[in-house]
Amino acid sequence: MKGEDQPPSRWTQQCWEPFVSEHPERMEAFQTSSGTPIDPLYCHDEDSPGPGEFPFTRGIHPSMYRGRLWTMRQYAGYSTPEETNQRFRFLLEQGQTGLSVAFDLPTQIGFDSDDPEAFGEVGRVGVPINTVDDLDQLLEGIPLESISISMTINSTAPLLLALLLALAKRRGVAADQIRGTLQNDILKEYIARGTQRFPVEPSMRLVVDVIEHCTKEAPSFYPISISGYHIREAGSTAIQEVAFTLANGIAYLDACRDRGLDLVSVGRRISFFFNAHNQLFEEIAKFRAARRMWAKICRERFHIEDDRACQLRFHTQTGGSTLQAKEPSNNIVRVTIQALSAILGGTQSLHTNSWDEALSLPGQEAARLALRTQQVLARESAVTDTIDPLGGAPFIEHLTDQIEDAAMAIICEIDERGGMLESIANGSIRRAIEQSSYEAQIARDSGAATPVGVEEEGEIPEAPFKVDPDIEQRRRQSLEKFRLQRDNSAVNAALLRVEKSATGSDNMIPVLIDAMEAGCTLGEVSRKLATVFGETQDHG
Amino acid sequence: MDRSGPIRVLLAKPGLDGHDRGIRLVLRALRDAGMEVIYTGLRATPAHIVKAAIEEDVEAIGLSSLSGAHETHFKEVSRLLEQEGATDVVLFGGGIIPQQDVDQLRSIGFEWIYPPGTTLDKIVSDLTSTLRPTSSRSGGE
Repeated sequence: MKGEDQPPSRWTQQCWEPFVSEHPERMEAFQTSSGTPIDPLYCHDEDSPGPGEFPFTRGIHPSMYRGRLWTMRQYAGYSTPEETNQRFRFLLEQGQTGLSVAFDLPTQIGFDSDDPEAFGEVGRVGVPINTVDDLDQLLEGIPLESISISMTINSTAPLLLALLLALAKRRGVAADQIRGTLQNDILKEYIARGTQRFPVEPSMRLVVDVIEHCTKEAPSFYPISISGYHIREAGSTAIQEVAFTLANGIAYLDACRDRGLDLVSVGRRISFFFNAHNQLFEEIAKFRAARRMWAKICRERFHIEDDRACQLRFHTQTGGSTLQAKEPSNNIVRVTIQALSAILGGTQSLHTNSWDEALSLPGQEAARLALRTQQVLARESAVTDTIDPLGGAPFIEHLTDQIEDAAMAIICEIDERGGMLESIANGSIRRAIEQSSYEAQIARDSGAATPVGVEEEGEIPEAPFKVDPDIEQRRRQSLEKFRLQRDNSAVNAALLRVEKSATGSDNMIPVLIDAMEAGCTLGEVSRKLATVFGETQDHG
Repeated sequence: MDRSGPIRVLLAKPGLDGHDRGIRLVLRALRDAGMEVIYTGLRATPAHIVKAAIEEDVEAIGLSSLSGAHETHFKEVSRLLEQEGATDVVLFGGGIIPQQDVDQLRSIGFEWIYPPGTTLDKIVSDLTSTLRPTSSRSGGE
């Protein structure tokens, strides 16, 4: 591939050719607008590993986007299951290739829409899902076996998995056909995102229950998405984002190993989720460094010999905290730069934020523009036509090495202080994130790092989107109807089984699926779990 | 009411919202400015917030919301304060709060609603100039 007169490289012969003969690239040949041929890979020396080869610095697949583009997966959800279903269908009609469900806070924390704790919060930042019927409405007309569904859900992840598997049964879809991702990353909730409900120990048990159940029963589903996104949003640096995320990953693999799970099956189904901020080269290097670090951690620390189980697959979302409320259309440019960094960093799926998200939830036009931004990058910019185009550039390689070294030093420090669970419990991770957040704010306030367009005297525009406050009433009515129609003795019996299972140590997922099929609601089951597990409290 | 000594402030996250980056920055800035600040942590109820404000004898309450539930929770805090006769407590808020809601929150007693992009200095100086007008005029010397 290196021009007519050069022999094909080792990587080309051993990795690229065998892969491409089975998975053809998008085009027979790639070329620039002027007709110059584009090779799969540049700046590659014979001895070093290429894309698709351990430790995957240059990408996890041998052909990367020349073979298949990333999944365009816009996070959406608000109001009611019916309204969100319409937004989903709209996004699919516009060419989106996967779904990503935003749940409202009561659902994320385990309260039904009619719970007093949910007052004022129903349908605000996402969609309320309390029952199998709700999920059925949310996914009406959407085939579970062909559209992959990502769910941002953590403390109640086992319940949403149970609802999804119960719905699959109802629709006659086999569990092994379900594709998608459950976030199920509770550790970052305690340090950055704040939807934890139960204490760490039972929460970790539930995380592993989900992983164990999925690797056995729903092997096409990714049961965890270890997330740096929210750590970065909470104010961390790029290096801390990598370090804390991978340290959480280590804690989960430790827990899976302690359960006796096969780390090859687990490793193959772990996924990650990162942020993309404005500093293009640092972000690209961050993704490359994270990939290399995780591969080495899997191999050296967990002795996982299987290459695929050492791959860091990741979703990216552009940085919400970088969006500005003043002159908000400038955010379109920020999102484009951030999306480009994710693509040049080799992401497997991408959410691009809407320009209006510093004002409210996105309006439909803004949501379409966000998706269009990805499509322009995918179809018009041709940045997808060669693999890891910046690999080999001295600055990028230097930054990649430097991020790896600095993040690894943080992980070693966490190890020395007793591991991530201990560091989360003693508050040291939160304090580190908070310190970075404070330094960034000072830099911004002092003018050293002030975003463009915000120092002007100018009005903040009106928010384009508002959730109808009447939905709380409508949800109450529909839940009331649901509760009248179900068999309450079956519900009570199922709740007792949930309680019994929670006090034991068997995998809870089968019992949770039964409970959902019997007509229990998310809130009822969560309350039952809370009576056994206790609840966490944030004291500030 | 004319007080001297450090300004006492209660900061709170009402409702289920977990976004606390902003309020933690404000907490630090107010403390650095010499104020005495109590922070409730996540998921404080309006009743708890008002009770704590009265018990701690604060002069100001700052609420943060990025989840769209500000209307419900901010209104309830203001109503309960009035019910308790604590109308001299200065209210302020911040987060993702649509412009169209700001006037309404002002009308129920919110002195300032800080949008994303507000500097920490602005919040410190608003509180100081309102609650300690004399010392802020001669402040810094």
